[in-house]
Amino acid sequence: MNEIELGSTDPVGARDGKDLVSGVPVLPLPAHTPRRADIDPVAAKRAERQVALMFASSIALLIAFTVAYIKVPNTSLVSIPVIGTVGTNHVLLGLTLGLALFLIGTGAIHWAKKLMPDVEVTQERHSLSSSAAERAEVVEIFNRGAAESGFGEHKLIRRTLLGALALLPIPLVVLLRDLGPMPNTRLRNTIWKKDVHLVTDATYQKIKASDIPIGGLINAVPENLLEIEESEGNLNQRGKASIILVRMDPAEILGQQGENWDYEGILAFSKICTHVGCPISLYQQRTHHLLCPCHQSTFDLANKGNVIFGPAARRMPQLAITVDAEGYLVARGDFKEPVGPSFWERG
Amino acid sequence: MSDTQQKASENVVVSKVGVAAGYVDDRLASANFTKRLLDKVFPDHWSFMLGEIALYSFIILLLSGTYLTLWFNPSMTEVIYNGSYLPLKGVKMSEAYSSALNISFDVRGGMLMRQIHHWAALFFVAAVTVHLLRVFFTGAFRKPRELNWLIGTGLLTLAILEGFAGYSLPDDLLSGTGLRIAQGIMQAIPVVGTYVAMFVFGGEFPGTDFIPRLYSVHILLIPGILLGLITVHLIMVFYQKHTQFAGPGRTESNVVGYRLYPVYMAKAGGFFFIVFGVTSLIAGLVTINPIWLYGPYTPSQITAGSQPDWYIGWLDGAVRLTPNIEWNILSHTISWNLLIPALIIPGIMFTLLGVYPWIEAWITGDKREHHILDRPRNAPTRTALGVMALSFYLILWIAGGNDIMATAFNLSINTVIWTLRIALFAVPPLAFVLTKRICLGLQRRDKEKLLHGYETGRVLRLPHGEFIEIHEPVSFEERAVLLSKVDVPVMEITSGEDEHGVRNPKGRKAKIQAKLSGWFYTDNVSAPSEQELAEADEHFAHQLGAHERTAIDSH
Repeated sequence: MNEIELGSTDPVGARDGKDLVSGVPVLPLPAHTPRRADIDPVAAKRAERQVALMFASSIALLIAFTVAYIKVPNTSLVSIPVIGTVGTNHVLLGLTLGLALFLIGTGAIHWAKKLMPDVEVTQERHSLSSSAAERAEVVEIFNRGAAESGFGEHKLIRRTLLGALALLPIPLVVLLRDLGPMPNTRLRNTIWKKDVHLVTDATYQKIKASDIPIGGLINAVPENLLEIEESEGNLNQRGKASIILVRMDPAEILGQQGENWDYEGILAFSKICTHVGCPISLYQQRTHHLLCPCHQSTFDLANKGNVIFGPAARRMPQLAITVDAEGYLVARGDFKEPVGPSFWERG
Repeated sequence: MSDTQQKASENVVVSKVGVAAGYVDDRLASANFTKRLLDKVFPDHWSFMLGEIALYSFIILLLSGTYLTLWFNPSMTEVIYNGSYLPLKGVKMSEAYSSALNISFDVRGGMLMRQIHHWAALFFVAAVTVHLLRVFFTGAFRKPRELNWLIGTGLLTLAILEGFAGYSLPDDLLSGTGLRIAQGIMQAIPVVGTYVAMFVFGGEFPGTDFIPRLYSVHILLIPGILLGLITVHLIMVFYQKHTQFAGPGRTESNVVGYRLYPVYMAKAGGFFFIVFGVTSLIAGLVTINPIWLYGPYTPSQITAGSQPDWYIGWLDGAVRLTPNIEWNILSHTISWNLLIPALIIPGIMFTLLGVYPWIEAWITGDKREHHILDRPRNAPTRTALGVMALSFYLILWIAGGNDIMATAFNLSINTVIWTLRIALFAVPPLAFVLTKRICLGLQRRDKEKLLHGYETGRVLRLPHGEFIEIHEPVSFEERAVLLSKVDVPVMEITSGEDEHGVRNPKGRKAKIQAKLSGWFYTDNVSAPSEQELAEADEHFAHQLGAHERTAIDSH
C-alpha cells in the first residue's frame, strides 16, 4: 500500500496541481483539523460514556424483549393513537428489539466518529488491466492447449461433441413434461350444462326468478360445482363457471348475445374478466356497466356485454338461462365461447 | 495501569492474534489478502450507503425468512381454520393461508417477523432502485464497472420477481388476485402460452400445485442466485475499488477515505444494526399486508382497490394503460393488450438499462477508466436521459393506482386513463429537455462561481459614490469540486472517404457515432481556462483597495 505524506501539495495521481489522467486541476488534501475528543481528554471520556450508555441500553432492551415475550399474552390488544389497535405483545417485541438493534448501531457509529481516527487516508489505485506480455501469454497458453487437444484438427470429434452438447438440454425440457396436463379443450368448457341450477355463490341456494328485483345483482355458481371436491379442482371450475346475475327492465336491454338468452330481464354473464381473469365485482345499476377492479375494463351488460372502455378486448360471455317447472333459474347449456382471458388457440 | 504493564498486556494480545493468524496463514497463505482487506480504504459519501441498505435488507430477509419457514406450510390443501383469529374461525382455506395466520396470531413474535420480512422486502427493492439511480446519475457504471452494472440490473430484476413470489405465497385474496393476473399474462404468450400456464400451475388456475412450487422458487432458487450475484457484486466493488466524488486530494489514480479496519467495520457494522433496528421498529408499529383482513383466496372473489406491492405498480400500470388491441389471425389469438405492457415494455426497459454503459461508451467513444464520479449536471445528456426514463417509469407507476386516484380526487376513471396515456408519451421528452436545460444552467452557474465568486450580500458605497457588492471566492472544498469538471471533446465527423477517395467501410457508422457524440456533449459549458482562473484570482485580490478592505473587515 502506497500512502502519501499528508500536506504534500500533489496527491497521488496528480502532478503540478493536475490530475495525471483527466488533466483537471486538483487541490491538495487540506491539513486535518482535530476533533474535540482528539485534544480534550474530558470530551473523549464523555464520548466513551455515551457509546457505553448506548450499548448498555441495548442490553436492558434485550432483557425487556425477553420479559415481554414471556409475560405479555399474545391475545392482549392495545390502542395506540394514529397507529390503531394492535397486539400488545407484537408492539412490545417490535419496540424493544428495534431499539436494541438501533442502539448497537448508533453506539458503533458514534464510537467510530468520535474516537476512531478521522484522518483521511490516501491509497493508490492500480490499473486494472494486465500487462501486454501477460495478456499475450494467456493467448499463447490458450492456443497451445487448443493445438494440443487437436480441437481444430479433428473435425469429427468437434462436430459430434457440439452435437451432443446441443442436445443436452433435451432431458431437462422433457423432464418437465409432467408438470401439468396438456391444455386440450380445458379452457374452452365450463361445468355448466342444460338444466343445471344456478345457486348463490356463498350459501348455494337455488335462485327463484321472482325473488330478484329489477336492479338486483346476485353472484352465482352452477349447482354441480358442489359435487367437485377441492382436491379435484373445485376452485379451477369455480374460476371458470362463476357468473353474475342482473335483472333489468326488459325495455332497457339493447341486445343480447343470443335470442332471448335472458329470463324476463334476468341476464347471466360470466364473472371472469376477459382481460386477465379477475372476477368482476363492480356493477353500476343505473348504467348497467360492469367494471373490473383490476384494470378497469368496463362492459355494458345491457348491450351484449360489449367492452366500452379499458384494456379488455372481448365482450363478457353471456350464459343462456331459463327456469324449471318450479320457477328456479337453470342454465340452457354451457357458454357458447370460452370464458376468461385470451389464449393462443382461442381463435 | 503503569506503562510497562500496559505494554505487556498489549504484547499478549498481539501474540495471541499472531498465533491464530499464523495457524490460518500456514494453511491458506491468508496474510497478504488479510492485510489488503483490513487496510482497504473506502471513500465516504452518504449516497454510498444506499447499496449498503440493500445488502443489509437482504440479510434481514434471509434471517426473518428462515424464521418464517419454521412454521409456514406451503400447501394448497383445504383445511378448516381453527386458530385464534376469531373472524375466520371455521372458514375453509388453504394450509398455506392457515399457517400464515398461525404465524401471525399464534406464534409469539411471528407477527413481528412477518412484518419485518415484508417491510425489509419493500426496503430491499427500494434501496436497490435508488442505489441504481445513484450509480446511473454519477456515471459510476462507466469503464471498468460495466459488468457490475449488468449484475446490478440482474439483481434488480430478481429482487422484483422474488418480492412478487414472496407476497403471493400466503394465498390470501390479494395475493391470489396477483397470481391470477400473472397466469393470465402467461396464457397470452403466443404459441406456447397455454402450455406454459398449464405446466406452471399444474393444470388450470389456481390448481393445487402452484404454492408449493412457488415456495421452492422463493426460498431456494431465487435467493440462491441473489446471494451468488451479490457476492460477485461485492467482490468486484472490492477488487476494482470504490469510486469517489471529486474533492481536495482526490484523483483518478487514488482513493481517499478511511480504512476498513477499524473505521468502516464500525460504521458499516453499526449501519447494519441501524437498518435492522429501524425495520423492526416500523414492523412493530406500522402494519403491512394484513392478510387476515383479505380472507382466503377464491377465484370468484376480489376486493375493489386491490394494489400490488409498490415495485409491481409500474407493471400493473402498464397493463392498465394499454388499449384493448387483440388480433385474431387464422383462428389464433394475439393479445397485444397483455404482450405489450407485461412482456415487451419491461423487456425493452430492462434491456436498455442493462446495456446502457455500452451505449454511452459507444456514443462518446470513451475508452478510459473512470474512478472519479460525475456530478449529474456535468453529464447533462445522460442526466436528462435518466430523468426521461424515470418519468416514464413514474407515470406507469401512477397508472397502477388510477382507480385509487379516480376515487380520491373524484375524477372519472376514463379521464384519468386518457390523461396518463397522453402523459406517458408527452412527459418524458419534456422531462429530457427541461433536465438538460437545468443541468446546463447549473454548469454556467458553477463557472460563474469559479470566476466571480459568490455574492456576499454586502453592498458597499465607495468614496466616489459608486455602489458595489462584495464577491468572495468559493470555499476551498467547493473550489476543488467545481474545478473537477472535465471538458470532453466532441468526436470529429470524419468524411466517408480517405485522401485517395477510397470509401471507408466504417465511415457511415463513424458518422452516426460522431453525430451522437455531438448530441451528447455539444451544449456543455466549457471549464474555465487557466488564464480565466488567473484573472479571476487577480480580480478577487484587487476587488477593493487595501483601504476599503480594512474598512469592511473592521465591521
